This record gives sequence, structure tokens and C-alpha cells, in this order.
Amino acid sequence: MKIVGLSGSKVGSKTSTAMDYTMKAAAEKYPDAELTFIDLAEYDVQFSDGRDYREYKGDTKYIAETVMAADAIIIGTPIFQASIPATLKNIFDLLPVNAFRDKVVSMLVTAGSPKHYLIVEQQVKPILGYMKAQIVQTYVFIEEKDFYRKEITNDDVLFRIDRLVEDTVMLTETYSSIREAKEAQYNF
Amino acid sequence: MEKYRINPSKGMEFGLYTLGDHIPNPLTGERISTQQRIEEIIELAKLAEDAGIDLFSVGESHQEYFTTQAHSVVLSALAQATEKIKLSSSSTIISTLDPVRVYEDFATIDLISKGRTEIIAGRASRVGNFDLLGYSLRDYEELYEEKFDLLLKINEEEVVNWEGQFRAPLKNARVLPRPLNGSMPIWRAVGGPPASAIKAGYAGVPMFLATLGGPATSFKRSIDAYRQAAQINGHDPSELPIATAGFFYAAETTQQAQREVYPHVNQGMQLINGQGYPKQHFAQGADTRDVMNIGSPQQIIEKMLYQHELFGHQRYIAQMDFGGVPFDQLKKNIELIGTEILPAIKKYTAKN
Repeated sequence: MKIVGLSGSKVGSKTSTAMDYTMKAAAEKYPDAELTFIDLAEYDVQFSDGRDYREYKGDTKYIAETVMAADAIIIGTPIFQASIPATLKNIFDLLPVNAFRDKVVSMLVTAGSPKHYLIVEQQVKPILGYMKAQIVQTYVFIEEKDFYRKEITNDDVLFRIDRLVEDTVMLTETYSSIREAKEAQYNF
Repeated sequence: MEKYRINPSKGMEFGLYTLGDHIPNPLTGERISTQQRIEEIIELAKLAEDAGIDLFSVGESHQEYFTTQAHSVVLSALAQATEKIKLSSSSTIISTLDPVRVYEDFATIDLISKGRTEIIAGRASRVGNFDLLGYSLRDYEELYEEKFDLLLKINEEEVVNWEGQFRAPLKNARVLPRPLNGSMPIWRAVGGPPASAIKAGYAGVPMFLATLGGPATSFKRSIDAYRQAAQINGHDPSELPIATAGFFYAAETTQQAQREVYPHVNQGMQLINGQGYPKQHFAQGADTRDVMNIGSPQQIIEKMLYQHELFGHQRYIAQMDFGGVPFDQLKKNIELIGTEILPAIKKYTAKN
């Protein structure tokens, strides 16, 4: 199983800190899974211009192809200005319309205010649904107060991250066996 | 219709198109040589002619896994190798070519083929074209509109005065040679949403509509929009032919057809579009209401007649070599077309 962790921001450290925990939890619990962590802060990604995702070059091509090859994607995003950052939206724009078909996508969100809780419901889920993702319904919402100097200090958040990883893997396995059973019915 | 060398009373035309696919066989991993692929395309056109198929067309695609980038050169070979089948391009990427050169090439092919040639001009679905041939993708829309207009003008006027943004102006320019009968049919290739079909309608040119998969009714919208736009702009829709083009594969039974072609369609989509073809969508494609003509000859006849009734189109063009289907299977397809499908289609669509 190929799992890609995608930290969607160039600004700040909370999302990538939380994603580090998440990827470590995944590596410990599922040593056989193939894990790749992409922190967008470390890449130089160009804006989508509508071309086929394989026709980009450099970092842009690497990220688009890595995401497309994944079975499961764990997206980490901060909420800025009551919205997801442009860096993350750009990743969606780089990919084809049905990019997440047969992929499981789960989310982890960091925000400065609890008032941003529904941004995921209102902005990210419709995009993922449109792109045909199998969405893990519950996401981990982490507030500023749960961090202290690049560490997560709230055990409840850590437990929720563990559950998110478990749910992501379980849904991926389940969905893949459902799909195999369905495809086995076809005679071609 | 006469202007476009189409006689609806003889029934719907049936054609083949290839983009020169050059993909490894998904079952064996083997890939034939470029030369063999081109030879097989020439052979295929001859077999198509013998089977009574109306048209053979070759498209241009500048990317890996294709062999007919120089499609007009291949068409020229076909003009020599065949005697009566119509020859066409599907499509010529006019956006990144010079309309004058295109016209010179195709008028020459028309002379070699003794008046059997036409042009289907499209606007590319790939960025690779633009990079390779030195154009900017930012001009995507404008390049196509300007060059397509110029191509039409050259076809209609032997002496051309023209000025545009993407090519040096033409002053009293004679574009030679002229086609056998002075002009050639020029079609506009249309894909995707109705907006593109509407432009073809406004221009009053024949429409070649790509209908790869999905419910036939969803393409009906583009066809209606095309005819309506033509009417609004003062053209007579009954004089404008429509061709549809899509996946085709026939075998003795529908199940056999699906089994034989699915690995090719899936791998072709994977290599060319970066995502495979979902089995569920493919399975649904067997339904009579879906445009994908994959199945037993009887199933295909039913589908084609359903589409004809729905669209009222004059020509259907089959793409049956998508994803590296081996030559022997293509030959078998032509046999099924010639012996079973074509006679039935002609019988039910001819106006006697």
C-alpha cells in the first residue's frame, strides 16, 4: 500500500509538525506500507496551467506523479483567511478531474481558531468528492493551544492522529477488497 | 451535403480512424517497430477499402506511443495504395501548423488520390505539440480560430489576401496546387462540451464530434447546439454533415469483445492520459444507450442504429486500434464490419 502524506502549506510549522507525527505513527504501525512524505514548504511547485500532470517538470512533476501513484493520501492543511492555502489548492488543480478515483483521502487540519472547524466540510470535502476520493469522514482538527514549540502537547490529539492513520489504512484495505470483488464479477 | 461529397441517400458512412498508436501489447509487453506499425496502417487502409468501408483517416499526435506525427505523409502513401476509399485526417492539428503548408500537402494528396481527400482540423489536446512546434499554450484558442479560418479561406479563394496575428500576411497569394475539384471538404474536430460544437455551427462547417464513451444522450446536446448555432448564423443545418467518432471493437460475442479489448483500452488510457479505464465504466459501455461501440456485431448494429436515430448524423468513424490492438485482431474486425455490420447499417439507414 502506497501512502502519501501531503503537508499543504509553505507558511508556519504546525501542519508539518502534525504531519510528522502522523507519518511516524503510520510507519510504526504499518511497517510494510510504502510511505512518502511531501512537505510543500520544501518544494518549488509551479502553478497549474492546465497541462497533463505528467507534462510538468521538476518538483511539480514529482509531486503530481507521486500523488497519482498513491493508494491513500493523508492531507495536512492549515486554515488561512478562512480557507485552505493556495499551495494546497494548486496541487488539486495540477491533477486530472478524477485524480482520486480509487484512492482514499484523509485529513488533518491546523487552525488558529476553533471557528475554522467547518472549513474542511465546506471547502475540502466538496473538492475531494468531485475528484472521486473515498473520504475518511472524521478528520483531526488541531488548534494552536495544542502545540508548544513544535511539539504536540495534547494527548487527545495524538490519540486522534493514531485513529486517523488506522482509519485511513482500514478504509484503503476495505475499499480495495470491495473493488477487487466487484471487478471479479466482470468477465474481462 | 454535396459540397462535402456526402450522399445521405446511400446511408450512413462508416469510417476508421487511427492516431497511429504505438503501445506495447499489454498481454505480452512487446512493442512492434515503428516501421511495422506504419506498414500495418497502410495495409489496414487497403483491407478497409476491400471491405467496403467508406473512409480511412489518420491523425496527428506529437507524443510518445504514436507513429503518425507526419500524418499527411502517411495519407499520401494511402492515396497511392488505395483506389476508392475516402481519405481524411482526424485530426490535423491546425493550431500548430501553417495552414498554407497544410493546404499544399492535402491538395497534393487529393490529386494523388484523384479527389478522395478531405481535412479534419482540430486544436490539440496536448501541451507537447506547442512546446515542440514553438507555440505558446496561452494562445491556444486564438491560434486555432485564426488558423482554421485561414484554412477555410484558402479552400474557398484561390487568390488570398489575409492578415493575422500568428502568420505573415498573404498578399494576392496563390496557394497551389488546387485540389482536383477546386476545393476540399474541411471539417472541424470537436470534443468535450457543447461550447466547441457551437463554434463549429456558427462557422457553418461540418462537425467531427469525438464521442469516446458515456451515454449517447449527453452528446445529443452538442449536436443540437451545433445545428441551432448554424441556423442562428444563417447556415442551413440540413446541408451540414455531422460525423461522430469513438471506440469500436467487434468480436463474435459482446463478452469476447470486452475481454479482448479491455486490456488495450485500459493500458492506452494509462499511458496516454495517466489514468486507466475503470472496469465499471467499461462494463456499462456495453449498454445500447452508451456510445462505445464495443460488442458483438449485432450489439454494435443496434447501438449504431440507436445513435443514428438520436443524432441524425451522416458518418461514423471507428477507432479500433487504441491501446496497441494487434494487427490480426484488427483484420478480424474489418472482416466483421464488412460482412455483418456494414451491410446492416447501410440497409437500415439508406433512403430508398
